[in-house]
Amino acid sequence: MEDKANSVSRQYVVFKLGKEDYGIDIQKVTTIERMMPTARVPKTPDFIKGVINLRGDIVPIMDLRLRLGLPAVPETEDTRSIILKEDDVTFGIIVDEVDEVLQLTDDSIENIGNITTDLSEDFLMGVGKVNDRIVIILNIEKLAQINEEETQHTTRRRGK
Amino acid sequence: MMDMSQYLEIFIDETKEHLQGLNQSLLQLEQNPQDKSVLNEIFRVAHTLKGMAGTMGFGRMAKLTHDMENVLQALRNDQISVSSRLVDLLFKCLDALESYTENIVNSGEEGNNDFNDIITELNDSIEKKTSATAQPAKQPVVKNEEKTEQAMYPTANFTLNQYEQNVVNKAIGMGMNAYKITVVLNKSCVLKSARSFIIFQTLERYSEIIKSVPKVEDIEDEKFDFEFTVVCVSKESPEVFDKSINGIAEVDKVIVVPLEAMDIKNCPQPSDMSSEEDIKSEDTDSSQHEPEKKEQDNKVQSSQGHKTKTGKTVRVDIDRLDVLMNLVSELIIIKTRLEGLDIKDGSQAYGESIEYLERITTSLHDAVMKVRMVPVEMVFNRFPRMIRDVSRELGKEIQLNMSGEETELDRTVIDEIGDPLIHLLRNSADHGIESKEKRAQAGKPAVGQINLKAYQDGNNVVIEVDDDGQGIDLEKVKKKAIERGLVKKEMVNTLTQKDIIDFLFKPSFSTSDKISNISGRGVGLDVVKTKIEQLGGVVEVETEAGKGSKFIIRLPLTLAIIQALLVVIGSEKYAIPLNSIKEIIKITPDQIKNVQKQDVILLRNMVIPIVKLGEILEVPDDDKEKKRLTVVIVKKGEKLSGFLVDSLIGQQEIVIKPLGKLLSGIKCIAGATILGDGNVALILDVNSLAV
Repeated sequence: MEDKANSVSRQYVVFKLGKEDYGIDIQKVTTIERMMPTARVPKTPDFIKGVINLRGDIVPIMDLRLRLGLPAVPETEDTRSIILKEDDVTFGIIVDEVDEVLQLTDDSIENIGNITTDLSEDFLMGVGKVNDRIVIILNIEKLAQINEEETQHTTRRRGK
Repeated sequence: MMDMSQYLEIFIDETKEHLQGLNQSLLQLEQNPQDKSVLNEIFRVAHTLKGMAGTMGFGRMAKLTHDMENVLQALRNDQISVSSRLVDLLFKCLDALESYTENIVNSGEEGNNDFNDIITELNDSIEKKTSATAQPAKQPVVKNEEKTEQAMYPTANFTLNQYEQNVVNKAIGMGMNAYKITVVLNKSCVLKSARSFIIFQTLERYSEIIKSVPKVEDIEDEKFDFEFTVVCVSKESPEVFDKSINGIAEVDKVIVVPLEAMDIKNCPQPSDMSSEEDIKSEDTDSSQHEPEKKEQDNKVQSSQGHKTKTGKTVRVDIDRLDVLMNLVSELIIIKTRLEGLDIKDGSQAYGESIEYLERITTSLHDAVMKVRMVPVEMVFNRFPRMIRDVSRELGKEIQLNMSGEETELDRTVIDEIGDPLIHLLRNSADHGIESKEKRAQAGKPAVGQINLKAYQDGNNVVIEVDDDGQGIDLEKVKKKAIERGLVKKEMVNTLTQKDIIDFLFKPSFSTSDKISNISGRGVGLDVVKTKIEQLGGVVEVETEAGKGSKFIIRLPLTLAIIQALLVVIGSEKYAIPLNSIKEIIKITPDQIKNVQKQDVILLRNMVIPIVKLGEILEVPDDDKEKKRLTVVIVKKGEKLSGFLVDSLIGQQEIVIKPLGKLLSGIKCIAGATILGDGNVALILDVNSLAV
């Protein structure tokens, strides 16, 4: 029974932040875009880069590095925005580069509970293993929420 | 053949209209219990609803309206008289019907609630009074099965063609029966074609239909009066048809005539399949039929005239209008972009074309906006009932006067404005209007007045709710504000009336000592304010102790496309809605004075607080020293504030786009817009930025 339930395989868009591979459920990905001019939005957390004009729609873009507490890097030729849709929240994440699409079975993804990390654990859903590679699977639902704390924290920091 | 779902929307729309009408009539009935015309109107609506519900297969709804009808019938016949208890009961029926409708809107099903209590009460109300007279409330149903009568009905006057007669002959040869069935619908039948659909379905259960007059397509399109005739073959006896079709609501008469086998040579050629052509070919033979034909022509014409009249309005899904609106928005963006292009050669022709394009897009925008406009009546018309209920509950006498119901607002605003207005009206009824005793003491008339007024004022629509009650007790508000720690005790006397009233709009602020069912829980005014501000509007309050208070809501006419002033702050572009801008002035830095940690300027002897947008919006590289400063004076309600900006770009028509759910909580930004060059500019929320 359990085996059956866990052997469902899904496709993941795999991208890089630094040397690490990250994956997100392809079902949630609307498009992948090259960098576009963004308009900064005041009174938002630091990781909100701003909003872009995505073919007539206004879409907020967040810098995934900052969101995950990683150091910022300058944009390169490979920098991409992955536009995601979770429920009715549409937003984009900026990543260093987009690699490929991988097929992962649910049972090859290990729960994050027994791995400690200094990243905001909330955003991580699990770790997928393909051959020798390790892909960190992100929790998009969590990414699509900005809680009060984050907003206040950044506003205070900026206020100085 | 036909699909029921296509009628569902019509059913819902029409039911809503009827229920609204019912609501108004019931209120009238309460005022004038003797008015027979109102009673007739209510009866008519109940009857129509019953028919429609029955047609759509909503049995519970049909049952309820049926019992309502019985009571109304008894009322009409003076078997019972209108009492306030009875009106209450009818209102309960209305609520029950509304809940059915709501269920149908949500799920397509009427739900499981039988409202047995209401039905019992309805039946009781008749029986108590009528048991003495022992007269049945139902109208006697006339059953007529005389076969010869069929000849009276024009649709029954046709002969079968060879092909059809052949089928009939064969069927009879196989021991089956053939019938010519004429069905006459009730004249008050509303969804004729849907009703016919049910009849056809019933017929098809027992038989095979071989001919129909008028044609099935015409019946579907409601191109028939109130009767149609079908020829069918079946194994069943005529009684089966008689019974099953008579069992369908709104059928006045069913005439079933068995057909006999006939020599097919006497029949017309099968090429004349349609009945119309049958009649024509007969007409050419005999001039006797001429006047009849003319009469028919007249009929056709008059029915066509009727059609065009009803065809003047079209029900359109709001989503389609939104799509249209979006397209217009896109068009405006691209127009703005074209205007921005710097074209050197052939510039005159280009300029003229652009101007023409501009005129057209503006007219198009206006036209689309107009399509989306609905009269506020749509919201207002449920208030009389509400005030009636509230005043009963509170034991006060309150008269609601409404005016300007025809004032139009964007559909999206209409959908949102209902709840805030309910809050305000309930507030007026509960806190504003005093009890009867208090009013008598104050020498006021016993009946409290609440006025609800809507009117257009420039680019705004203003809705006012005012009452002749006791006004807002400012001292009480002050006391509460101190208790809640919203203001220091020693500061309280420096507050203006406006400041004090503003406390009322703070979350969970209530001056009411006791919590009533109607208001006083402190949820309300802050919700009202938030909602109105979301819609881009403002709320103002005027109050006078002992005389009453007035809540004024100002709403923008349109939501999606506005005129805005584009400004530059640092290296960023922002848009300020033009309707909140009063004027633009240039000042020198030394004109800015500092009063109590607040930067202000003096403008024609008015002290105007200054908002340094660059600082508030945390704009990077904004600390250039300038000799001349540009100040945009904006108004928030009646107060003025000065927004300090770096430079102006100019006025532009912009399309407001939401920032998206992720950033929905942001205070000082009202949305974003796409500029001609494809870049995004943020729209400033003047209400939250102004001091």
